[in-house]
Amino acid sequence: MTRALLAALLVLLLGDAARAERLIVSVSNHRVTVTPNYSGEELVLFGSVEKDATTPADRTAYDLVVTVMGPRADMVTRRKERTFGIWINTDYRQFLQVPSYLALFGNRPFESVTSPEIARRQQIGLNNVLLTQRVSGDFADVVPDDAFRSAFIRLRTQRGLYREDASAVTFLTPTLFRTGIPLPAEVPIGTYEVEIKLFSNGAFLGKTETAFEIVKVGFEQFVATGARQHGFIYGLAVAVMALMTGWMASIVFRKD
Amino acid sequence: MQLYLPIADLPVNVFLVLAMGAAVGFVSGMFGIGGGFLMTPLLIFIGITPAVAVASVASHIAASSFSGALAYWRRRAIDPALASVLLCGGVAGTALGVWTFTQLRALGQLDLMIALSYVVLLSTVGSLMFSEGVRALMRTRRGAAPPRRTHNWIHGLPLKMRFKRSKIYLSVIPVVIVGIVIGFIGAIMGIGGGFILVPVMIYLLRVPTSTVIGTSMVLTLVTMLFATMLHAITNHLVDAVLALILMVGGVTGAQFGARAGQKIRGEQLRLLLGLLILSVGVRFAVELVIRPEDLFTIRELGVNG
Repeated sequence: MTRALLAALLVLLLGDAARAERLIVSVSNHRVTVTPNYSGEELVLFGSVEKDATTPADRTAYDLVVTVMGPRADMVTRRKERTFGIWINTDYRQFLQVPSYLALFGNRPFESVTSPEIARRQQIGLNNVLLTQRVSGDFADVVPDDAFRSAFIRLRTQRGLYREDASAVTFLTPTLFRTGIPLPAEVPIGTYEVEIKLFSNGAFLGKTETAFEIVKVGFEQFVATGARQHGFIYGLAVAVMALMTGWMASIVFRKD
Repeated sequence: MQLYLPIADLPVNVFLVLAMGAAVGFVSGMFGIGGGFLMTPLLIFIGITPAVAVASVASHIAASSFSGALAYWRRRAIDPALASVLLCGGVAGTALGVWTFTQLRALGQLDLMIALSYVVLLSTVGSLMFSEGVRALMRTRRGAAPPRRTHNWIHGLPLKMRFKRSKIYLSVIPVVIVGIVIGFIGAIMGIGGGFILVPVMIYLLRVPTSTVIGTSMVLTLVTMLFATMLHAITNHLVDAVLALILMVGGVTGAQFGARAGQKIRGEQLRLLLGLLILSVGVRFAVELVIRPEDLFTIRELGVNG
């Protein structure tokens, strides 16, 4: 009984310690609009670490890890193998509801921010982010050096959709920080979640969340919703457009 | 100049796409083929997903074959009777092909099937046309008379019909069968099928070269319009902006191509087309045989949210 009470007290105290700092963040733009000349963008995340009376006086240096996650989707990674002299897809793994965009930013190498144990639990670093696979009917993430998992991360990184940068977060003052969020031109449309995790001396202190969205507006949106909601009319319009273009060309280039 | 494509969800260089459309349009106007087997790989190469590429190319082919068909129509190089008989088979074949496509997709090896059929079909048709073209060229160089047009077993079939414009008297059975086969292959491989139709009409049905190209264009036009509608209704993947850029480039190219095609002699034209088809076939074969740079590929199965 006494032990349980002690444990509860300890949890309460630790909980209080975690609430000793407050993170206040803001993204430079909460609504990125995709217009005809859109070709990628860079957002800026600003924030500050607010201390209060309960903050231990000796705690001065903070570490931050910012995780940006795009809309989730199912993806398949296939592996080619040589069979009968030709290279064909033989094996595949399905990744379930994984982020289509994933970025991890820190102010110094993730290994030096916290212990491997906490890094795994808090999903710090591309190796520790949870990527659920369907392995023969089972749902699980596998070891970080799994061939399909590392190929998946490598291919996404090549396209600029997955990234890890341990020097992207800069502290302007000991408590004021900023980081850029580069969005390549082919980023998926949708809602992006941003998680900011605070560490000090290897201990996880707390986190806060914010979000932004990438939306199509005007003509882009008109075309996209038209294609999705009125397939028949849209198809008819494209077919008529094809005929008109062909007809116009034959008039323009007529040589009589 | 960069422009964002609303369905493909990525920005492209307008002039690059315009140039690609024009180049493929030129080839398609010259040989009377759709050019889908050239355009689709090009679009995938610049980063557009295969599904969007295939769906949008269909409308581009429709536009350039329509402008080409109009040009041939004015020169009275289209046989309306022959075209409508072909279409009867073509529509049936396309429907059958779409059904088979769905079945194959469920089995999971559709990509391989497509690549293999590309290799087999393109290299066979390409080398046949190429060797025939070389032989014809040698004959004319030697000054020998072309071999007399002999009648084969096809011309002994019943249900004969007179195709006035082409000046042939032919059974409708082989024509309908050719239409079905072309429609079927086209639906499975995502191509118009003009490059198979043209040689088949020349060598098997003995349709004179003067009406072959224009007539095959009519078949391509109708099947591709059908395919555009089908893609728009079922997959919602037709990118109208991409299609429009390709169309404008394509129809311009097709006009010049059609004119160039009229100037080149028949056998040289066949030789060139054979060479082109063969090289695309070889390229696909090489891709299958050589170890790919990356053994892994990712495919997205649709974004939620």
